[in-house]
Amino acid sequence: MLGPVDYAIWLIVFLIELSSLVCLLRKKAFSRYFTLVLYLCSSLAVSIARYSIIQTSGFHSNEYLYFYFYSDTLLTICLFFVLMSLYAHVFSEMGVANYIRAGAMLLLAGTALVSYFMVATSSDRLVTKFVVELSQNLYFVGLLLTYMLWGAMAKLRENRTRLMQIVLSMGVYVSLFAGSYALSNLYFPNLALWRYYFPMIAAWLPLSWAYTFLRVSEDARMATAQVLAPNR
Amino acid sequence: MIGALILAISVLALLQFFVTYCHSLITVSRSYPLSEETLQIASISSPIPQHLKFRRLLQLAALCPEQGNDKMQVLAVSAYFRLLGPLRMLCSWIAPAATRWVDSERGGCTYVVAVTLDRRIAGNRVLASQHSGDGF
Repeated sequence: MLGPVDYAIWLIVFLIELSSLVCLLRKKAFSRYFTLVLYLCSSLAVSIARYSIIQTSGFHSNEYLYFYFYSDTLLTICLFFVLMSLYAHVFSEMGVANYIRAGAMLLLAGTALVSYFMVATSSDRLVTKFVVELSQNLYFVGLLLTYMLWGAMAKLRENRTRLMQIVLSMGVYVSLFAGSYALSNLYFPNLALWRYYFPMIAAWLPLSWAYTFLRVSEDARMATAQVLAPNR
Repeated sequence: MIGALILAISVLALLQFFVTYCHSLITVSRSYPLSEETLQIASISSPIPQHLKFRRLLQLAALCPEQGNDKMQVLAVSAYFRLLGPLRMLCSWIAPAATRWVDSERGGCTYVVAVTLDRRIAGNRVLASQHSGDGF
């Protein structure tokens, strides 16, 4: 069962996600940034479901373990939708958004297949290890896609401050998760700290989005060069 | 092998994204001029506070009740400021000319905290005036 620290972290992250959602809705971002709202709603639903599974089956149960990783995979897929919408925003004037969406979907399916075959072909691992590998690989593909998006934004001299901050915070989030999963899989699979660490870093994205929507207006502009080399 | 590669690339990407994100926060804050009142409260003589004032401004901002969702911004620039600390020490040994760049980056972080303090003071003044208007 959960201890007081677990409860506190769960409650804080839940409230952050909820306040971020309220913030986005108050700033009328529902239609323009629908995928962000969708991600936050999914994240809230997953938080509630995880809590109820812990209450019924316990934190160390297999049910919770599988649900945790499968729900994480679902959230990562939602994150892919967010990325696709950001690509659509950036390339809106070039009319290539549909090709990018198709490419991203293919990449998503390809990652799932490669992860499955990687685990299925290694005889020393259980096939059930698939979920952990899949999470790590999906975040890594998300990182590559975000990096490509940021590179394209720099090349196209994208100057919408809000869009830039959303993409950069996304980059921080996916690289933090991909690196942490890789570290936990490679060296410290049973470290007790992960139990507090992963829920805490999950708060980064809603917090940064809330800040961006509260402080940066849709019309705000900023030169990309200023962000890449601020002191020149 | 693949796991180690993912780890290495993720750490490098994290560093780059984090530094660029902090730059964007600094750039957004730079467009916000500091009020005379905040400069007086923080005992800052120039309109652009030096990096040496960072800790003092951070303490003052912590004393002031939060306005909106600005805690994450302060946490991010604090982490960046601390990340630049060892880099400055390293630069002073290897490449002294680079310390100027590090100091200007740290100055940017200081400005973000000063802007946060400014907004918090302004927000709390509005709240106080609303309360006094309500007859409290």
